[in-house]
Amino acid sequence: MPAIEELTDAYERYVLRNEEGFMDEFRERLREFGGRPTPLQHAERLSERYDTEVYLKREDLLHGGAHKLNNALGQVLLAKYMDKERIVAETGAGQHGTATAMAAAHLDMPCEVYMGETDINRQRPNVFRMRLNGADVTPVTAGRGTLKEAINETMRDWATTVENTHYVLGSVVGPHPFPVMVRDFQAVISEEARRQVREQTGELPDSVLACAGGGSNTMGAFAAFLDDEDVSLHAVEAGGSSLAVDEERGVAPNSASLSTGNEGVLHGARTRLLQDDDGQILESHSVSAGLDYAGVGPELAHLVESGRVRAVNVDDDAALAAFHRLSSTEGIIPALESAHALAYLERVAGPSSPATEGSSGEPRDEAHDDLGDIVIVNVSGRGDKDLETVIEETDRREIPEAPEMDVFTEGL
Amino acid sequence: MDAIEAAFADGPAFVPYLAAGDPDYDASLEYVAALARGGADVIELGLPFSEPVAEGPTIQAAVNRSLDAGMTPDRFFAFVEELDVDVPLVCMTYYNLIYRYGGEDAERPRAFVERAAAAGIEGFVVPDLPAEEADPLREACDEFGCDLVFIVAPTTQGERLDRIMARVSGYVYVQARLGVTGAKADVSTQTGQSLDRLAEWGVPKAVGFGISSGEQAGEVVAAGADGVIVGSALVDIVAEGHEAGDDAATVAERLETKARELKEGAVAGAQRTPRPERT
Ligand SMILES: Cc1ncc(COP(=O)(O)O)c(C=O)c1O
Repeated sequence: MPAIEELTDAYERYVLRNEEGFMDEFRERLREFGGRPTPLQHAERLSERYDTEVYLKREDLLHGGAHKLNNALGQVLLAKYMDKERIVAETGAGQHGTATAMAAAHLDMPCEVYMGETDINRQRPNVFRMRLNGADVTPVTAGRGTLKEAINETMRDWATTVENTHYVLGSVVGPHPFPVMVRDFQAVISEEARRQVREQTGELPDSVLACAGGGSNTMGAFAAFLDDEDVSLHAVEAGGSSLAVDEERGVAPNSASLSTGNEGVLHGARTRLLQDDDGQILESHSVSAGLDYAGVGPELAHLVESGRVRAVNVDDDAALAAFHRLSSTEGIIPALESAHALAYLERVAGPSSPATEGSSGEPRDEAHDDLGDIVIVNVSGRGDKDLETVIEETDRREIPEAPEMDVFTEGL
Repeated sequence: MDAIEAAFADGPAFVPYLAAGDPDYDASLEYVAALARGGADVIELGLPFSEPVAEGPTIQAAVNRSLDAGMTPDRFFAFVEELDVDVPLVCMTYYNLIYRYGGEDAERPRAFVERAAAAGIEGFVVPDLPAEEADPLREACDEFGCDLVFIVAPTTQGERLDRIMARVSGYVYVQARLGVTGAKADVSTQTGQSLDRLAEWGVPKAVGFGISSGEQAGEVVAAGADGVIVGSALVDIVAEGHEAGDDAATVAERLETKARELKEGAVAGAQRTPRPERT
């Protein structure tokens, strides 16, 4: 990792010490170009349903439709300050690629985005958006063609071009200083949310929920609450179709590395990984491309180990149901990634969840108590990119509350 | 430790790389033996990892063939034990395999090094392990008498270079160019400069990344290298033979011929330029 020292130096100077007013420019551009602050919206139907005050942090309203812009803009701007001439990035759901392509166009930098073939096929709208913003999208065919392979390929590009190129890593993963730097750029989510929830309720929340792929929206949503010991933090992973590993195919049909993985070293970081007994990295799987990664940010893994953050997971079906629920009841179509966070709410506090079943006066499930009276759910992104996937997947499964899908599938 | 130093002691060393088990276990045994016959002084044996981020397409494909054919760390050790070559062997792999060896309760990374040393491995190259994180592996290597080779990129400098110098043994792997592995038609002009920066280091300097002919091996040695590392050009021979369905003996013969060309090229390079005494 030859460029790491140079990047560490730039991170310390510009991000931590605000040299040359870097952070001021970053915040200004997040406002003007990005549309910050995003609202913290009280969700009325969900609050009724779960008998708790649910607030949605609307990162879906950020420019580009996901929290990813916070980081992408920060890093592309940093690359400018470092006098780099070219941007490379990897993308899973395409949200990070899109955000990077937008930031690069905005700051006038050439940009190449590596994306697994599987993900190109399931996230076509984002591929179009990246191209429209002037980025080159390079397909990666290795493995299952998802985020892990795209990261490998981007690292290879960067190793070759590091002298003039910056790698805009898309989550709180990879070698230092990426995990802390990406967290710092994403921390704006919880800095705003903490202020907003106090303004609106006079209190801090009892809990914060965020989905966890690599963990950037997660760390962003948690960062400003870490010292508030009474605020419980839940990282919701993709349980996929099963938590068990398919030994035969060497595939984990989930991407729940916090819940089911174990310690290892990948992409320059020691963290929790989906791996086999030998230490070979498994292919992960989630209905949501943005969560489909075999690792997780090292700091998040550490926070889970120390007990500060609780790692939980929900499966593909639950995420799809939550997608439909938010769409039809609140008028917000969430990213499939974000739907995982919402699905957890349903699991522990929903009308038919084990926690609330039976009125025999049994104590409510510990998890439900833990949520408390004020819950913030980070809606990390909007679901426009996922419509095709959702229509196909809903059609194949029995998803309660979902509208009939055949009207759509005929056209596909 | 002494075996690798000794391999560099008289004349420029030829250090070939192959992925162990590519395209399958038995053929690979023959291929490694062919390299030894062709004049290899040290052999780098790749233990395949699922995420070979330092490799270009040629070696990525080799790694996948080997994994598909069932290579695992334990089969790798069996492979090393079965090999009948009189050349020091270096294990080239990624840190997670070293770290995870022996399962959850193993003493990491000591368990791996202990097993590797018992199988006959004399050293390690771990491209994704930065010097900053290398002390536990360095200690295990010291305990079992193994070398730890580090790769120095053209952009490596400052404190990072010092940290590597403090931990490297056996030889230093001088990356001839930025990027990932892969055979190239020309020798990078960065090589001379890279070697100059390491002139004071007390370990032999082996140059790799992109060398594919005896001619290039000679140029690199003439530029001051103590050895040449060649991977993709040899893996190409394995891949082509595999695709054409050639039998292992034929492919082994081609490898031996290529090895000889590279070794002789290196030796010719040393004759072209009088090499400074190494102290
Ligand atoms: C909307 C959205 N949320 C979440 C994620 C998961 O990434 P992270 O865990 O880094 O927030 C993605 C990734 O693409 C995404 O697009």
